[in-house]
Amino acid sequence: MKTVSPETVSRRDFVVAIATAGGGLLLGCRVDGRRSLAGSAETAGSAPAAFAPNAFVRIGTDGRITLIMNQVEMGQGMFTSMPMLIAEELEIGLDQVALEHAPPDDKLYGNPLVGFQMTGASSSVRMMFQPLRRAGATARSMLVAAAAQSWGVDPGSCRAEKGVVTHVPTGRTLAYGALADKAAKLPVPQQVTLKDPKDFRLIGTPAKRLDTPDKVNGKAQYGIDVRLPGMKIATVAASPVVGGKVAGLDESKALAIKGVHQVVRLDDAVAVVADHMWAAKQGLAALAVRWDDGANASVSTTDVVRGLDEASQKPGVVARKEGDAAAALAGAARRVDAVYQVPFLAHAAMEPANCTVHVRPDGCEVWTGSQVLSRVQATAARVTGFPLDKVVVHNHLLGGAFGRRLTTVDIETQAVRIAKQVGGPVKVVWTREEDIQHDDYRPYYYDRVSAGLDSRGKPVAWTHRLVGPSILARWAPPAFKDGLDGDALDGAVQLLYDIPAIQVEYVRHEEPVLNTGFWRGVGVTHNTFVIESFIDELAAAAKQDPVAFRRGLLGKAPRAQAVIDLAAKEAGWGKPLPAGWGRGISLLYSGWDSYLAQVAEVEVSKTGEVRVHRIVCAVDCGTIVNPDIVKAQVEGGVVFGISGALWGEITLKNGRVEQSNFNNYRALRMNEAPPIEVHLVRNGEAPGGMGEPGTAVTAPALANAIFAATGKRIRRLPLKPDQLRSA
Amino acid sequence: MELTINGRKHQVDVPADMPLLWVLRDVVGLTGTKFGCGMSLCGACTVHLDGQPIRSCTTPVSAVAGKHITTIEAIGSTPAGKKIQEAWVALDVPQCGYCQSGQIMSASALLAKNTNPSDSDIDSAMSGNICRCGTYGRIRAAIKQAAGGPPVAAKGA
Repeated sequence: MKTVSPETVSRRDFVVAIATAGGGLLLGCRVDGRRSLAGSAETAGSAPAAFAPNAFVRIGTDGRITLIMNQVEMGQGMFTSMPMLIAEELEIGLDQVALEHAPPDDKLYGNPLVGFQMTGASSSVRMMFQPLRRAGATARSMLVAAAAQSWGVDPGSCRAEKGVVTHVPTGRTLAYGALADKAAKLPVPQQVTLKDPKDFRLIGTPAKRLDTPDKVNGKAQYGIDVRLPGMKIATVAASPVVGGKVAGLDESKALAIKGVHQVVRLDDAVAVVADHMWAAKQGLAALAVRWDDGANASVSTTDVVRGLDEASQKPGVVARKEGDAAAALAGAARRVDAVYQVPFLAHAAMEPANCTVHVRPDGCEVWTGSQVLSRVQATAARVTGFPLDKVVVHNHLLGGAFGRRLTTVDIETQAVRIAKQVGGPVKVVWTREEDIQHDDYRPYYYDRVSAGLDSRGKPVAWTHRLVGPSILARWAPPAFKDGLDGDALDGAVQLLYDIPAIQVEYVRHEEPVLNTGFWRGVGVTHNTFVIESFIDELAAAAKQDPVAFRRGLLGKAPRAQAVIDLAAKEAGWGKPLPAGWGRGISLLYSGWDSYLAQVAEVEVSKTGEVRVHRIVCAVDCGTIVNPDIVKAQVEGGVVFGISGALWGEITLKNGRVEQSNFNNYRALRMNEAPPIEVHLVRNGEAPGGMGEPGTAVTAPALANAIFAATGKRIRRLPLKPDQLRSA
Repeated sequence: MELTINGRKHQVDVPADMPLLWVLRDVVGLTGTKFGCGMSLCGACTVHLDGQPIRSCTTPVSAVAGKHITTIEAIGSTPAGKKIQEAWVALDVPQCGYCQSGQIMSASALLAKNTNPSDSDIDSAMSGNICRCGTYGRIRAAIKQAAGGPPVAAKGA
């Protein structure tokens, strides 16, 4: 591993590589340190030779092997898992590769899940498992063919290993670098054979992360670390109320502060441009901006909940229907009804929102850390009026994202709008307060669930009406079909429990008082809380053990049953606990194609404070690329889930978000973090997503454990003491 | 004003009340130290002042003149910092990595004064550092490993 920093990479190589491969023109690459706007034949002719059979692999004649990463690294291990897939088939060691961020290009680097460049939805391994292996295998096959041609032998008698092709009968060898020129002249094979999984030497191993070394010594470069000659730093205040406008400000007071250069006024935001963040912050405070709050001036959270409640009274669009749920409910021996609510949540990634932009007379350059790179390019093009090929985008490591950087609506758009008014490059950095108060929040969802039990306590009917906005309708309109948001419904429509009558409905209800977006697990995180809490309610109503009750309904879902069994066994389900303690179980499945069961052990104090003592997870995510990264994702997802479940809540008063920083938007800390055990099931099923399940499965396990400890059923997150105090 | 950062002297022309964090990042150009909250709530900006961990986001630069400032870029040259970095790599602690500069600075300061930290010592020293990726279990294990404990295997199989 040489470096993951894009700054050190010659963009010229990159343009040439793609042009050589005939893979289409790459737009907006940098040549010789100056901005150039396209790879041209002239550029290709003057550049060093490289073998680039596809968009993901480049082998220089100097032997340098570069893997081009279309998925971004935000902590989830993609700069290790993705190279493992290519390296496995290319027959190179992970220690032999350099990594490079892919530039924006949907055609070359689109995520098959959505058809454009996107890292999210726990999709990277699921979607890229085959394409990246094919990319590696194609390159390997061409290198072997080139070697065989050099020696005049049958390619079948040659073997590729660790970057060297060997002619097995004679022991002759040629390194990939020496073969690059020759391989580049060969036709790209249309069909290649992928390795048999039994021959994998990298996939399935806990290979060390390639990004760790630079993350322990300060070298890792995030968007916020960009430094450019002549760059200024700006910080910004957007209207505290959605829809509000700037009404007035005192520009002279800001400009009087040493280091402040300029005040940029947009209709809905103000930025102060300075030599450094301190001057910018001081300047912003000195402006004493006055706001016209607009139509949302008096909105509070209770207004939002009232709107959702009203919307939930009417039937929604039916997303799944089996049997006649209404009739089955009416005829049931016992009926259970509940309303579940989950609040707005901020992402609070450790790296506050930022974006650096340089708008020149003839083009625009953007430095950022985004999950949707091509959209950043399109956004900058739209705001500046430049064509796409005049917009260069440099992506960076993301200091956490959790879905926050799936949108470009605010951060990048705003930064480009500001930069249009600034001469030279400007880095726009939000304060933590700005970040918490201008997030794209996880929506407030409001769900009505009902079930009928027969006289022996067996569920005979299940209805689930979920109410909330459609992020998908805004983010990827074609994906919003027939009034259904597949993302909001994810997890709910797949209900695995074997119940003869099921009806799942979706009511789209927009509350445009806050911007909403994807938050780790999105629909699944919300639905799993509702379903796994409610199934626990049914177990209690049936006077059955929660594990046994679930098992009895999962006869047709053996993988789900197996993770429940494994988690229960490892957690010591049923063993006695001290007074005030409880154990809860929950099960996760969804469109991610992974199964995760969690057992949580909690203690609830008399004042209602929840202490999480232990978390045990059992995971079946099919074929595992890197078991240590899977474990890390579960460990981290659980911690993220605990923070959200115990304390996460964004509330509105007078149209304004009431939380502002980590003092009132609390995140789990070292002294509060429980031991987390992760047990992996190994099988040969297709790989499932693992970025989000750990988060999605956690809140219901905690709520169920709290019920076991206290007998109190919490149907509204967060699990705050006011709902749990002893009577 | 003259600052001693990682053993080197730097002349900076900045306001006396400017937090050290912004002097390091925006003036001196050492971006390994991270901005997280600006209120000493998250620990991402932790550096050492004469060996003691401080939050640089709320420490005015005037308070550090004449003292030795150590940042993540140089912590590997101290015995405790080196051990901590090695343990961090061995256990693949970081995920996004953004908070890890601060985590490593807090952990290095702990190990430098306490060669055998208990769980509660680790809680006390590390609870000011937030990690949103949730690497706490690995941080705890890595500190113990750096302190000379046996290599720590994560529970589970």
